[in-house]
Amino acid sequence: MKGWMGKVRALFLLSILSLILSGCGVENLSAFLPKGYGAEVSLDIIFISLAVMIFVFIIVMVIYTIVLVKYRQKKGQEDFVPKQTEGNHILEIVWTVIPIILLIVIAVPTIAATYDLADETDKGDSLNINVTGNQYWWHFNYSEEEIQTSQDMYIPVGQKVYLNMMSSDVLHSFWVPAISGKMDTNPENENTMYIEAYEEGVYWGKCAELCGPSHSLMDFKIVVVSQEEFDQWVSDMQNLDAEATPETASAQEGQALFEQSCLQCHAIGSNPVAIGPNLTNFGDRSKLAGVEDLTHDMLVEWILDPESIKPGNKMTGNYDVPSKDEAEKIADYLLQLKPSEITPESASE
Amino acid sequence: MSNTIAQKKGFGATLWDYLTTVDHKKIAIMYLIGGGFFFILGGLEALAIRWQLIVPENDFVSAGFYNEILTMHGTTMIFLAAMPLIFALMNAVLPLQIGARDVAFPFLNSLGFWLFLFGGILLNCSWFLGGAPDAGWTAYAPLSTTSPGHGVDFYILGLQISGAGTLMGGINFLVTVINMRAPGMTYMRMPLFTWASFVTSALILFAFPALTVGLFLLMFDRLFGSVFFDANYGGNSVIWEHLFWIFGHPEVYILILPAFGVFSDVFSTFAKKRLFGYTAMVFATVLIGFLGFMVWAHHMFTVGLGPAANSIFAVATMAIAVPTGIKIFNWLFTLWGGSIRINSAMLWALGFIPSFTIGGMTGVMLAAAAADYQFHDTYFVVAHFHYVIVGGVVFGIFSGLHYWWPKMFGKILDEKLGKITFWTFFVGFHLTFFIQHFLGLMGMPRRYWVYLEDQGLDLGNSISTVGAFFMGVGALVFLYNVIYTSVKGEKVGGDPWDGRTLEWSIPSPPPHYNFAQAPLVRGLDPLWIEKTEGRKGMTPAEPLDDIHMPNNTILPFVMSVGLFIAGFGFIYQAEYTGGFIAMFVGMGITLGAMFTRSVKDDLGHHIHKEDLDKGAGM
Repeated sequence: MKGWMGKVRALFLLSILSLILSGCGVENLSAFLPKGYGAEVSLDIIFISLAVMIFVFIIVMVIYTIVLVKYRQKKGQEDFVPKQTEGNHILEIVWTVIPIILLIVIAVPTIAATYDLADETDKGDSLNINVTGNQYWWHFNYSEEEIQTSQDMYIPVGQKVYLNMMSSDVLHSFWVPAISGKMDTNPENENTMYIEAYEEGVYWGKCAELCGPSHSLMDFKIVVVSQEEFDQWVSDMQNLDAEATPETASAQEGQALFEQSCLQCHAIGSNPVAIGPNLTNFGDRSKLAGVEDLTHDMLVEWILDPESIKPGNKMTGNYDVPSKDEAEKIADYLLQLKPSEITPESASE
Repeated sequence: MSNTIAQKKGFGATLWDYLTTVDHKKIAIMYLIGGGFFFILGGLEALAIRWQLIVPENDFVSAGFYNEILTMHGTTMIFLAAMPLIFALMNAVLPLQIGARDVAFPFLNSLGFWLFLFGGILLNCSWFLGGAPDAGWTAYAPLSTTSPGHGVDFYILGLQISGAGTLMGGINFLVTVINMRAPGMTYMRMPLFTWASFVTSALILFAFPALTVGLFLLMFDRLFGSVFFDANYGGNSVIWEHLFWIFGHPEVYILILPAFGVFSDVFSTFAKKRLFGYTAMVFATVLIGFLGFMVWAHHMFTVGLGPAANSIFAVATMAIAVPTGIKIFNWLFTLWGGSIRINSAMLWALGFIPSFTIGGMTGVMLAAAAADYQFHDTYFVVAHFHYVIVGGVVFGIFSGLHYWWPKMFGKILDEKLGKITFWTFFVGFHLTFFIQHFLGLMGMPRRYWVYLEDQGLDLGNSISTVGAFFMGVGALVFLYNVIYTSVKGEKVGGDPWDGRTLEWSIPSPPPHYNFAQAPLVRGLDPLWIEKTEGRKGMTPAEPLDDIHMPNNTILPFVMSVGLFIAGFGFIYQAEYTGGFIAMFVGMGITLGAMFTRSVKDDLGHHIHKEDLDKGAGM
């Protein structure tokens, strides 16, 4: 049995080693490095349950090892017939009652945390954001502030923010591992969850419910800023002139093209139309389409062939593909849409 | 026995024999071949998934095709590999363990197999007809109702047909256990594998109808314009989740309980000890089966059911850990004080204990609702259910196959190859899935076609892929072992392991009628009791007499072909007249065969007692 245990040990060491090499994941993404209330509560429960379970595992493995070392058939004892024990009542009671106690140790904090995370008592006094999951992008509607934005959600640090979530098509799931656990967006009912971020920064969000080919590309960000910065962002977004004339000639032409061809689906400003992502602060976005770097070339490529970046997206086939030249101009226009000084870049500094 | 007949009868006659057989032993072999084939297919799909994820932003397969592969991997492995392989073991062994000559409804048994096979073939036809289903094995609406093409239609019809077969199998084994036990074989003397199969059959009876109903609703939504799951018209997609998991959660117990049964028998045999705490083991099995119906919503903690529902289902789920723990400790104490022989069957059983314990640990962790908000739909869940399904069910199937192979085929699988299989598969398994626990919490949701660079997910995924290929090598060695053994293996007698239960009291492979005379059962481990009292075999409970056996029939095959044709018909009826015709022709064939079955008397045949000695040697 030496070889057996040796291999298990080697495997275990290898796993630990690989874990150390890769750390606990990337900051602002990993659930191991919580930077928000929900993530912290969940991680506490994870560690409580893990501790209890490791205790159980050790007991099982100790008995297992003793059994395998001590009771293997020895050479020359092939005819040995062990005592045919039927069972043992005391032992049965022990390994029924102790696990029940251990489970209570896990269950009590679990229930407390579950109720805690579902609390909605101060919903009316807090910032509310209506979140809509779409194939394959996210829309954020600050209904009271009358601000619409997509893909990057701005919230103030240290504040409870209530998210009222729905889907416009299939099921999605809103997950920002470093800040909080996930909640599904359903097409038929609104789900509410609150989040509270502890530190300023830009956090990775992911869709966690299979929603089609580009499920894995449906990333978004939560941009956590200070209360003052948030207030400024809100006022910038509220006071922007959606029809302001851009500076460069190319962007001006792009604006005309955009208003002619794109405005049916993509709103700029506080118009709640959200067939496609709202592009009000497109120039400030952390990423293009959630996953690509926000560059002029990439944007042109997207306008010409979104399918190559997000397979199965709803834009493909539903618009008149512009010429390369037109696409360049539209890109110029979109990239200069920077209504606020408060950006993902400023937040991550 | 089948081999000797084959040599005498030639290929055509053998084929006909298998197409028409109602013998549970031959049906077991067909389940084994069918399930084995789909296991290889599902394994190849798994390797494709892992190859796509070996490096970040890989483009080995396209996004849409990736979703088809992951859907088919899950669907194939659960419905077309694990289920039939479990049924293979149940068919091969259960009637023998209770001293029966066949199952209660041999005709139904054959029908169940053919429905499974044709359902599986129908489902896989989708690959060649415009694309496989791509909404995940859970087929959550509205993704499944809005998925373009016919992929999901194939999923619905394929599973509906094979699911009907499974339901029949479950009913059949229930009645078999209730009605067909040999004299003296009381419930509390049944081997644990029989007990587990019995409870599993009850779970099938109650769980599969939920799937049937769900699939019908989905079918009407997709094919006939209803809106059960369409929120725009007042439908509700969460209902599908409930229906699916009311079936889906018991389904995992349907798979794992027979595996538990295998381990109980294997531990007991190779420790040369009576199963420790037999009564507790039986009650734990029943309790797991019962609780299995109370916990489905733990798959839905993030759906928004509210803290009350989440807490109740969290506690109910944790409760399952208690009977499962009872089983683990009873197995350990069965080994305690025993005389443990380690061969391939035992290696799989011993490998199961730590693997499954880890799966059970993560199960309790997942049950904690507030923690599950982080785990849910990430690679942590992927790791967890592979630890229980591979570490539990697949290990159980391998253990059971090594253990009962001599009973089924009269030859012991090569030990050396068996050990190579175990070690490559075991190491590969942990290499593949252990790291995935961490990947999940590091921010990798499941069913991701690609993961991005610089997110700390690269190394873990590469390790996982390497492990998957180890598992592939292990499976190949097993396949080679099967061929090697059937060519080179030596014949063994009826009782090569010094067995304890009834199946080891008859020749290997058993004669057509299993027991020439029904054995008299005098306690748990009946053969062991006889052996300790110095007898060589079982004492007969009846005088030697003519044996009544059912006749072979092609009707189950015909019925299944009819439903197979009708399945295509349903899928294509809206577009092509041909589809409409196929629907009616297919249903006509099936109903015609059913009618024939109803009106034609088939009283079976008798094997005369004078002829018995030749075949049986009993």
